[in-house]
Amino acid sequence: MVENRPLLTFISHLVLILGVVIVALPIWITFVAATHDAVRMTQAPIPLLPGAHFWQNFKDTLFGSGLSSSAGAPVWRMLLNSLVMALLIASGKIVISLLSAFAIVYFKFPFRMGFFWMIFITLMLPVEVRILPTFEVVANLGMLNSYWGLSVPLIASATATFMFRQVFLTIPDEMLESARIDGAGPMRFFWDILIPLSRTNIAALFVILFIFGWNQYLWPLLITTDSDMTTIVMSIKEMLEVAEQSPQWHIVMMTALLAMIPPVFVVIGMQKLFVQGLTETDK
Amino acid sequence: MLKRVHFPSSVLPFLLVAPQIIVTVVFFLWPAAQAIYQSFLIEDAFGLSTEFVWFENFELLFADAHYLDSFWRTLFFSAAVALLSMSVALILAGFADRIVRGATAYRTLLIWPYAVAPVLAGALWVFMFNPTLGIFPYFLDMLGVDWNHYLNGSQAMALVIFAAAWKQIAYNFLFYLAAMQSIPLSLIEAAAIDGAGPVRRFKDFVFPLISPTTFFLLVINAVYAFFDTFGIIHAITQGGPANSTTILVYKVFNDGFVGLDLGGSAAQSVILMFLVIIMTVVQFRYVERKVEY
Repeated sequence: MVENRPLLTFISHLVLILGVVIVALPIWITFVAATHDAVRMTQAPIPLLPGAHFWQNFKDTLFGSGLSSSAGAPVWRMLLNSLVMALLIASGKIVISLLSAFAIVYFKFPFRMGFFWMIFITLMLPVEVRILPTFEVVANLGMLNSYWGLSVPLIASATATFMFRQVFLTIPDEMLESARIDGAGPMRFFWDILIPLSRTNIAALFVILFIFGWNQYLWPLLITTDSDMTTIVMSIKEMLEVAEQSPQWHIVMMTALLAMIPPVFVVIGMQKLFVQGLTETDK
Repeated sequence: MLKRVHFPSSVLPFLLVAPQIIVTVVFFLWPAAQAIYQSFLIEDAFGLSTEFVWFENFELLFADAHYLDSFWRTLFFSAAVALLSMSVALILAGFADRIVRGATAYRTLLIWPYAVAPVLAGALWVFMFNPTLGIFPYFLDMLGVDWNHYLNGSQAMALVIFAAAWKQIAYNFLFYLAAMQSIPLSLIEAAAIDGAGPVRRFKDFVFPLISPTTFFLLVINAVYAFFDTFGIIHAITQGGPANSTTILVYKVFNDGFVGLDLGGSAAQSVILMFLVIIMTVVQFRYVERKVEY
């Protein structure tokens, strides 16, 4: 603090609290909607204070079939699918990026820069710009409606490769020299020295990629037709459509709440790693 | 970028890059090449024959009023989302930077919308603005505003902008706060000694000093609004009413998967690819230049 201005400090807190309220309002309304029964949620204006049906709705949503009029998978199954997809995407990206960054930084081999540029180009090809042809490839490989189809096409990662390259470049050359003198081969060096030294970077990246994977929408929407493979994030859209016909907002909002709790928990619980991951991957 | 001390060439490095390269070729380069190839083809109405037509698909697109509308709409949407969420984030970060006690608590409470999936953000906002049940239409009705984003195109556009900007505040806030906190305190103190008040200091020192961050965020927000808002639009309006919220990414999806116009959709994909390439180049050129205080 440069100077003491009590009034300005007061205003600062006021503005920030207002900001927090605006940011939290949609979630508060969702939470409130998830605590009332179906009848209350059809009467305007909808309540602004929580009701008494939270646990009832929670049980109905998680272990019932979600909405009564849709033939979808149970919500616990969708949560499981989302979890598997998010973990596969996050760990897949980290593993293949660690390996390729290691090769590019520590080996002199033909086409090294060519490979580097090929990885770089993936930055410029988000799934949204090549939806149809990628869908065809996955369909031809028979990967529709599978965990592999959900995750593998998304795991190439230029940002993760760049980040690990950056990390490896800061590791002193003496490390490799001394490892060699002690008789360590490349894989031994990778496993016993590089991986432990980049542990926090891996954790920070994992947090970001887990959220990225969990929140995927367009891709799972395209390649899953089997209701057993739907993810929780996808299911919201279907529920919204059903809710237009027969309002069951308490279940829809409970599902929305369940869908956002895991990634939000990750952001808040691992805030330090999250901030580190965000600033490292984007700079 | 190669280490001075490194391993000699062998089969090993090829094996190491193989997984990444295989995924890249199969799921990125090959489909992108396919998109470019298909953008030169026109299929007849029954899908029986295809004809190589050079740039006719592109000519058709740029002669299509719907496409051009969608193009301008996307630009407007991106500008509105970036402006709204960046200015809210800038104001909040400016005040948070002043506060010594409790700054981390505010940060925690402001960053978590980053973790909410776009389609969920859409669901929350569409519920709050539901014309019959939502809380906002109820209050707006008292003010004499008749809210129905299912019928009114500008209201639909406003709603998707709110939802998209809301989700992005967290990200912008984090980067603005970090940029402000990295300004040396001695600079601000010198300004204060010279008699500059808080507003003057913000206007003449802080804001110019964080302008690189502003530029960086502008690019990031544009990319976000162009490509990551599909879920928001799909949940809230599905491009309607009467295409008033059909942005480019939504149109590619709609023409390709719903309309099954392969050539047209591929041509749109190719145009989007060019846009991403331009944005990426701009972003990387900026990162090259290091900022010094």
